[in-house]
Amino acid sequence: MGIRRLFVANRGEIAVRIVRAAKALGIETVQAFSDADKDMLAVQMADTAVRVGGPAAKHSYLNGARLVEAAGEAGCDAVHPGYGFLSENAAFAEAVEAAGLIFVGPGAETIRTMGDKAAAREAAISAGVPVVPGSKGRVEGIDAAIDTAGEIGYPVMIKAAAGGGGRGIRIAENADDLRRLMPSAQAEAQAAFGDGGFYLERLISQPRHVEVQILSDGKRAIHVFERECSLQRRRQKVWEEAPASCLDTATRDRLCASAVALAERVGYRGAGTLEYLYDDTTGEFFFIEMNTRIQVEHPITEMVTGIDLVQEMIKIAGGEPLSIAQEAVRLNGHSIEVRINAEDPANNFMPNPGTITALSVPEGEGLRFDGMIYEGYAIPPFYDSLLGKLIVHAATRGEALDRLAGALDGLRVEGVKTTAPLHRALAADPDIRQGDFHTQFLENWLTGRKLAAQ
Amino acid sequence: MSEIRSPLPGTFYRKPDPASAPFKDTGDTVAVGDVIGLVEVMKSFVEVKAEVAGTVARYLVENEQPIMAGDVLVELEG
Repeated sequence: MGIRRLFVANRGEIAVRIVRAAKALGIETVQAFSDADKDMLAVQMADTAVRVGGPAAKHSYLNGARLVEAAGEAGCDAVHPGYGFLSENAAFAEAVEAAGLIFVGPGAETIRTMGDKAAAREAAISAGVPVVPGSKGRVEGIDAAIDTAGEIGYPVMIKAAAGGGGRGIRIAENADDLRRLMPSAQAEAQAAFGDGGFYLERLISQPRHVEVQILSDGKRAIHVFERECSLQRRRQKVWEEAPASCLDTATRDRLCASAVALAERVGYRGAGTLEYLYDDTTGEFFFIEMNTRIQVEHPITEMVTGIDLVQEMIKIAGGEPLSIAQEAVRLNGHSIEVRINAEDPANNFMPNPGTITALSVPEGEGLRFDGMIYEGYAIPPFYDSLLGKLIVHAATRGEALDRLAGALDGLRVEGVKTTAPLHRALAADPDIRQGDFHTQFLENWLTGRKLAAQ
Repeated sequence: MSEIRSPLPGTFYRKPDPASAPFKDTGDTVAVGDVIGLVEVMKSFVEVKAEVAGTVARYLVENEQPIMAGDVLVELEG
C-alpha cells in the first residue's frame, strides 16, 4: 500500500524538502498554501497547490479541519505535517486517519504519550533510559529531602510543586544548603501558590544538548546516530552538528542504544528524535523529551550517514518495513548546519522580512543549502524567520568548520538582514573551534558583543 | 490631525493579550511613548509607540488584521 499522492500540510523550507523527497520516490505532491504564500517555492515545485486559508496560521496551517478537507478534495492518500504547526498534534493525526488518509508520522497515541512530559518520562524509565534524577513526586520534610537529595546527587533544584516556568526554584549545593533553603522555599511557595509542596531534581549545570535520530517501522527501530545542538538563543537552536564531538565511542553507543530501546518500547513509527542533556563533567546523559516528527536539523544526519530521512519516513508511512539494518548505518565525517534567519543580529535579532533582491548560494563538494528563497521573493511576515539552512560536510570537524567559513563568505542574501554574520563570528571563535560550549554558551557570548550587519 | 504608522509588516493587535482591554480606544488621550498596539512579525511581538501626542480619532485597522510596513494604524486629533 504505497503512497501515490501526498498532501504537504506545511510551508517554507521543509515543504520544499518534502516535495523533493516525494518526487524522488515517484509520488505526486499537492502543496497547501495560505493567501500569504502563493509565491512560495514549494508551490512552484509541487505538481499542484491548494489554497487553505488566510495568512494567519490559525486560518491555514493550523486549521486542521480545512487541511484534511483540502487533502481529500485533492485526491491525496497521505498527509505530511512537516515540523511545527500540527506536526505533533494528536487530534490532527486522528482526523487525518479518520478521513481515510495516511498520516506521515507515528500514531496519535504515540504522539500523545511522548508529548506529555510525565508520560514520556515514565516510558523512558520503563525502557531503562536514564532521566534527570529527581524525587518520586513530592518530598515531605527536611530529613526526607536530605535522604532523597543524597540519592539524586548534588547540586539539586528545590522546585515548588505548584510552580512552573522556572518560578520558585532554589539551588542547593549540599545538605547544609538544603537545610537552610527549604524552610523559606516552603514558606514562599505557600504564599505564592497556596501550596508549600516541593520536589527535588538534580541540576545539570552547563549541560550540552544531544539528540538521537531514530527510524522505526512500529516493530523494529534503528538509530542514525546523534546530533549536538547546544548553540541556542532563547531556546531556539541556531547551529547544529553531527556527530556530537563531546561523546566518546562507548558513550555514543550507550546513548544511541537507549534511544532505540525507547522507540521500540512505545512502538514508534516513522522518523523521530530523542533529546537528552549531556553532562560533560560526568559523562552522564539524561532523556528529556521526544520530538515525534522530522526536525529542522535533519540534514546533518543525512550528510554523515547517506540516509535520506524524509524519503524513509514516507516509505514507512506507506507501509514498507524498515529496509535498513543497524549494522549498515555508518558514521562518515562531520557535518554542521547553520540557520540563516531573516533577523538582524546587530539589532537584538529583530525580525527583518522583506524582498530578496539578490541571492548567491555557494555550491560544491560537501555543501548543501536547504532553502525557501529566490531572487524577487517577498518573505511574508506571518511565519517564522527561517530562510534556509547552510549545511557543510567534511572528513573532520576542523575541515567542516573551514568549509563552513568559506561557504558563509560565498553566501550572498541581499534585501534583508540575516544571521549569517553571527555564524561567521562563531565559525572563527576559538571556543567553538575547540568544541568547548554548552546550552548557555551562546547567550553569554552574545552579551556585550556587537555583530556587524551583513 | 496626525497619524501613527506601523514600522513593520505583520499582524496588528490592539490588546496586550486576548483577555485584556485594548491599549487605547477612540477618545483616549495619547502621550508620546504610549503603546497603541502590537505588531506580530515572524513570531516576535513589537510594541508600536506614539511619536506624537493627541487624542485617538479612530483606529484604521482591526485587531488581528494583517498589515504592511507604513500602513496608518491610528489617526490622532489635536
